[in-house]
Amino acid sequence: MKREDIILTTKQFLSDEFEVDATLIQPENNLQQTLDLDSLDYVDLVVVIEENLGIKPTAEDFKTIETFNDFYDLVEQRLNA
Amino acid sequence: MEHRVVITGIGAYSCLGENLDTVLESLRIGRSGVIYDEPRKDFGYRSCFTGMVAEPDLTPFLSRRQRIGMHQPARFAFMSTKQAMEGSGLDADFLDKTETGIIFGNDSTAGAVVETVDKVRAKKNTTLIGSGDIFQNMNSTVNMNLSTIYKLKGMNFTISAACSSGSHSIGMGYLLIKQGLQERVVCGGAQEINDYAMASFDGLGAFSVRDAAPAMASRPFDRDRDGLVPSGGAATVIIESLESALKRNAPIYGEIVGFGFSSNGDHISNPNFDGQFRSLNMALKQANLTPNDIDYVNAHATSTPIGDSTEAQAIFNVLGSKVPVSSTKSMTGHECWMAGASEIVYSLLMMNNDFIAPNINFENPDEHSEKINIIPNYKEQNIDCFLSNSFGFGGTNSSLIIKKFKK
Repeated sequence: MKREDIILTTKQFLSDEFEVDATLIQPENNLQQTLDLDSLDYVDLVVVIEENLGIKPTAEDFKTIETFNDFYDLVEQRLNA
Repeated sequence: MEHRVVITGIGAYSCLGENLDTVLESLRIGRSGVIYDEPRKDFGYRSCFTGMVAEPDLTPFLSRRQRIGMHQPARFAFMSTKQAMEGSGLDADFLDKTETGIIFGNDSTAGAVVETVDKVRAKKNTTLIGSGDIFQNMNSTVNMNLSTIYKLKGMNFTISAACSSGSHSIGMGYLLIKQGLQERVVCGGAQEINDYAMASFDGLGAFSVRDAAPAMASRPFDRDRDGLVPSGGAATVIIESLESALKRNAPIYGEIVGFGFSSNGDHISNPNFDGQFRSLNMALKQANLTPNDIDYVNAHATSTPIGDSTEAQAIFNVLGSKVPVSSTKSMTGHECWMAGASEIVYSLLMMNNDFIAPNINFENPDEHSEKINIIPNYKEQNIDCFLSNSFGFGGTNSSLIIKKFKK
């Protein structure tokens, strides 16, 4: 999957799952703050990624992610692994 | 010092209506909420009759995080509690600054549990279940969700007492307030409606298979009754000390004056005259009332052959033959964990509007029901004091007595 496809696809399911305005999901924005994630929400983030992309990041993977760009890097890396 | 305990908020999300106005109308005209649920046939049910409520859409009221841990019991209970809170003049800001408890009745989360197990069976990985399921699966789901949503700071636990759960929740709240341990308690009962919830109960052969219109299936005390009709939804009863109610100028729907209870200590599912007799007498004694003081009995009667006979005998032996009796389960079906709370709401609507709701489908008495005064049609009548019975599997009995409030 190309990066622009990853951005489009993840924007859709993240805005649906976490009920945020899709226009707020921008590469430089902070993932945790934009999606308003608490510790429980990371469990659902893993679920929604697995359902839509077939990959399963771990809680450990999210420790270094700050922006959506970081998130896209992770997804791209896992999909192409 | 003992405190007087009054009811300052009521709400119902019921097959008789999803708000109090519709429920009141149904009670007046004797409208049944029972349907024939065809999918139950393919599922393997022996009886397809059930009371039915719509799945509420909570998105206008609650955030994703607030909704994600809620399945039917909590969703239904939110709807009834929202009505009760608004009617009582309570909001989250007030509740956050005061001490309000919550004791809700609930005794199953079958739908939620089956859905979770299906997920993990499919994924073979518990980390793909999601974060909300645990809060849907636990029997205390109503308590944990509502106490979080409304920021409740007082006593917080769930009553699981089979079909007496809702009644015991009000009884326990009453005792806490009476003793001065709580100022205000949100009580109630919730009952899920889905294929998973009632399958094992249906398997006992206790449900009606009467070949008739759904509205005629539940016929408490009638000679030709052949079993109960399951039902569900939720009802909320907010109770508080009289001092607190007067201080905040809250509406007062009635005063709780007696709570009787007992355990049969006998068969796990068969009713027991002695247990019911003791519960009724204890409620009267607690309330310091005589049988003549009771103007109306909302019977537990579920439309099972043995259950209704046993209760008719208990009512006759404790209260005599003249007190008007009706079972609103003739219209609702058996709301199980919710019934003890919803029937308090129904009876309060009757008491505050001077009528007795009909025991519909009562066409012919049997040898025991002919000895008591069953009201088959709508009847205008002043009610100053009523008694409501709830009896459950395991032999858990509860009787509440409520009076019209007088200073």
